[in-house]
Amino acid sequence: MSGERVSVQLNGIAVEIVSGSSVAAAIASLGMLSRRSVSGQWRAPLCGMGVCFECRVCIDGVAQQRACMVQVREGMQVRTDD
Amino acid sequence: MTERYDVLVVGAGPAGLSAACAAASRGARVGLLDAQARVGGQVWRHDVARADASSVPRAFTRAIARAWVEFLAQTQVVAAAPGVLLVEDTQGARSLQTDALILATGARELMLPFPGWTLPGVTGAGGLQALAKQGWPLAGKRVVIAGSGPLLLAAAASARRHGAKVLGIHEQARADMVFRFACGLWRWPSKASQALRLRAQLAGIRYSCSSVVLRALGDDRVRAIELDGPTGRQQTECDVLAVGYGLLPNVELPQALGCKLENDGAHPRVRTDDRQCTSVTGVFAAGEICGIGGRDAAVVEGAIAGYAAVGAVAAVQALQRRRQHQHAFAAHLQRHFALDSRVLALADPETLVCRCEDVPLHALDGYIDARSAKLATRCGMGACQGRICGSALEAMGRFPRGDLRPPFFPARLATLGDTDFSADLNSGVVSS
Repeated sequence: MSGERVSVQLNGIAVEIVSGSSVAAAIASLGMLSRRSVSGQWRAPLCGMGVCFECRVCIDGVAQQRACMVQVREGMQVRTDD
Repeated sequence: MTERYDVLVVGAGPAGLSAACAAASRGARVGLLDAQARVGGQVWRHDVARADASSVPRAFTRAIARAWVEFLAQTQVVAAAPGVLLVEDTQGARSLQTDALILATGARELMLPFPGWTLPGVTGAGGLQALAKQGWPLAGKRVVIAGSGPLLLAAAASARRHGAKVLGIHEQARADMVFRFACGLWRWPSKASQALRLRAQLAGIRYSCSSVVLRALGDDRVRAIELDGPTGRQQTECDVLAVGYGLLPNVELPQALGCKLENDGAHPRVRTDDRQCTSVTGVFAAGEICGIGGRDAAVVEGAIAGYAAVGAVAAVQALQRRRQHQHAFAAHLQRHFALDSRVLALADPETLVCRCEDVPLHALDGYIDARSAKLATRCGMGACQGRICGSALEAMGRFPRGDLRPPFFPARLATLGDTDFSADLNSGVVSS
C-alpha cells in the first residue's frame, strides 16, 4: 500500500482510505452494503465498472450515484440505504 | 456551452487511447472522453494499491500529459447524434461538436442469472478485478473464480495479488477446448507469454474445466456456493464469488447513432469496414464494440480509426495485416470458449433476472420481445436500462435486447434541459 489517505463519512462513521479509492471500496472496508432493492434485498457491487448500478448510494446529498465510479474526497458524506 | 474538436473519441481504453494518439499525431485537435477519472479503460485500469505504477503504455500517457490529446475525465455521454454529443461531467452539461466521432466504448461482462446471484459478495470476474484495483478490500477473503474465458486467470491473479485466498478457478468450457486454445496461442506471441506469466502467478490454484457454479448460498451475503464439475456436485464455503461468462460489446451508443450492427454469436457488434468506418458517415468504431478480440486488436483498430478519421490513408493501409492477425485471435477465442447450454439454464423460475426491478424469470414466460416484456413486467426499466438483464436474456435465447433511448445514463434534469444541445440538434450541425 502506498499513497496518502483521505477521510470520508459513511452513514456518519468516519473511515480513512487510500486516496484514489472508490466510494464502493470505502463502503466495503466497513463491511457495509450499498442499497436495498425494490423488494428489500440487500445489494452490493456486481460489475465494478459502472454498468449494473447495484452500488448506488447518496454522495454529498446527491442520490443514485454509482459508488464504483466515484473516487473518495476528503470530507465526503456518503449514505447507503438503511 | 459548446466545444468543438476535429476528432472526438468516446472511451479511453486501449482502442480509444490508440485512436486519439493516432489522430493527434497528424495534428488534429482531439478530445478523448471517459466516464472514469483516469485513462486506461478496464484492461489498463489504475491500481490504487500500486499508486506509482501505471499499466498504460508510455506513449499514451505522454500524449495525455503533454495535452496533445485533451482528456475529458468523468465525462459521460447522455445523448448523441452524428456530429454532436451531449455530455455530463462533475461540473454539469456540455455539448461537444466534432467532424469525426470515434466510438471505443469497449465491452462489459456477460452476467448470467443463477440462484443466489443477487447476494452481496457475488461479483463479475472482471468486476472483481476492477473492484480490487479501486481499493475494494480482498485481503484474507476466500474467493472462488468462475465463468468462462482467459479473463478468469487475470481475475484470479489480481485477487491473489490483493491478498485474497483464491480457492479455485472454474471454467465452463471442456478441458480439450481449453487445451486446444492454449496450443494455438503460439500464433500470438504476446498472448502466449501473458498466459505463461499468469500461470506462474497462479501456481497452486486449482483450475477445473467443465465446472459450473449452480447456486450461491447465503442470508444477507454469499456464504457458500454449489459447484457442478466432472467429479460431481460439491459445496464450498467462500466470501466472494467472482463469476463472468465472457465479454460482450457495449453497442448502446453506436446503436443510438444509427450505426448498423451485426450479430456476433448471441450479441450484436458494430459493423465496420477495414478503415473502422461504421455505416454512418463520420462515425468510426474500434475495439471490443466491433467484436471481442482483446487488447491488441483494440490497439490496432483504434490506430486505424484514428488515422482514418484524419484521412491518413497510407497509415491505415499499413496496419491491415496486423488487424487481420488480431481478428484471427478473436475467432480463436470465441471458438474455444463457446458457452455450454448448461450455463444458459441455471436460473430457476424464481431467480430474479432484472436486478433493478426484481423481476423473476417466470414473469417473462410468454414474451417474445424486450419491449412488451418491459411494459408488462418492468424488466429492463431500472437504472441499468437492461444492460445486465437484457444481455443475459439475449444469451439465454429469450429475446434480443431493446435499444436504448436517451438519456443513456441517469442524468441531472439540468443536463436534459441543455439548450445548446437542442440548438445543435436543430441547427443542421447534425446531418445523418
